Amino acid sequence: MVKINGELTEAAGKTVEEYLSSAGYDKKRVAVELNGDILPKCAYADTVLKDGDSAEVVSFVGGG
Amino acid sequence: MNNDDKLILGGHEFESRFILGSGKYSLRLIEAAVQHAGAQIITLAVRRANTKEQESILDHIPQGVTLLPNTSGARTAQEAVRIARLARELGCGDFVKIEIMKDSKYLLPDNAETVKATEILAKEGFVVMPYMYPDLYTARDLVNAGAAAVMPLASPIGSNKGLATKDFIQILIDEIDLPIIVDAGIGRPSQACEAMEMGAAAVMANTALATAGDLPTMANAFRQAIEAGRSAYLAGLGRVITRGASASDPLTGFLRD
Repeated sequence: MVKINGELTEAAGKTVEEYLSSAGYDKKRVAVELNGDILPKCAYADTVLKDGDSAEVVSFVGGG
Repeated sequence: MNNDDKLILGGHEFESRFILGSGKYSLRLIEAAVQHAGAQIITLAVRRANTKEQESILDHIPQGVTLLPNTSGARTAQEAVRIARLARELGCGDFVKIEIMKDSKYLLPDNAETVKATEILAKEGFVVMPYMYPDLYTARDLVNAGAAAVMPLASPIGSNKGLATKDFIQILIDEIDLPIIVDAGIGRPSQACEAMEMGAAAVMANTALATAGDLPTMANAFRQAIEAGRSAYLAGLGRVITRGASASDPLTGFLRD
């Protein structure tokens, strides 16, 4: 299982790119942190999610 | 107004001294708010992405407006640093407003953690704008940590109570050689104007607009107030006499002997 945005998901074995598109994220509008480090966009296609990984997928919202 | 009067943040020049928040109102009002405010900087927050909400706030912000992501949600320097790095990875520049709060009742910033985060992020090349409780020693630490500005609160976030910390903000304006940007709690144009008359470099407002009856009109009112306050500051305010009076008319009496 991979923890993504706090929830356990069956994403192990997928690349980050595959996961983002299957889950419906707009790749251009998100940033990804994997196990505490920023994952550059250019690494999405080659980075495979593993059991025990923890990721944050974030975007901008309104705020002060 | 003097055309050379620019707000300079991390080497970037701005003519507008009104920093606009984008929270707590419809995305559809953002463009009108920016235009009526004449704002060149707008704040944003970073949150876990939502796949259901396909609309991005970025589609509503006019081109050329500088984005100032905040680190709201951070409770420690380390969390603020993570949020700032994610914000930069979103590809919209190097500006960051540090916001670190442990207290959810009063939403007061943690000055010590804010100094730590400023130091780390300034070294990483961010234009760091820390939100802080107005304290002279903290402000000096922020200068040494590499901040591009200091953003003292006027009163608690979202309260619209105005310049509760006025005297302490004045100390920062007088003693700190960085732009002092009054953030949080400014509720009325007259309060924004007063902050600018005191010598603040800029004012940030969000809730004052989001809770106004007519947001674009209030944005315009704030813009005018901030410009008026800046002009008054540059002109130099007239003096106050504490006792008695000073006639505005010639003192020569007439119509009687």
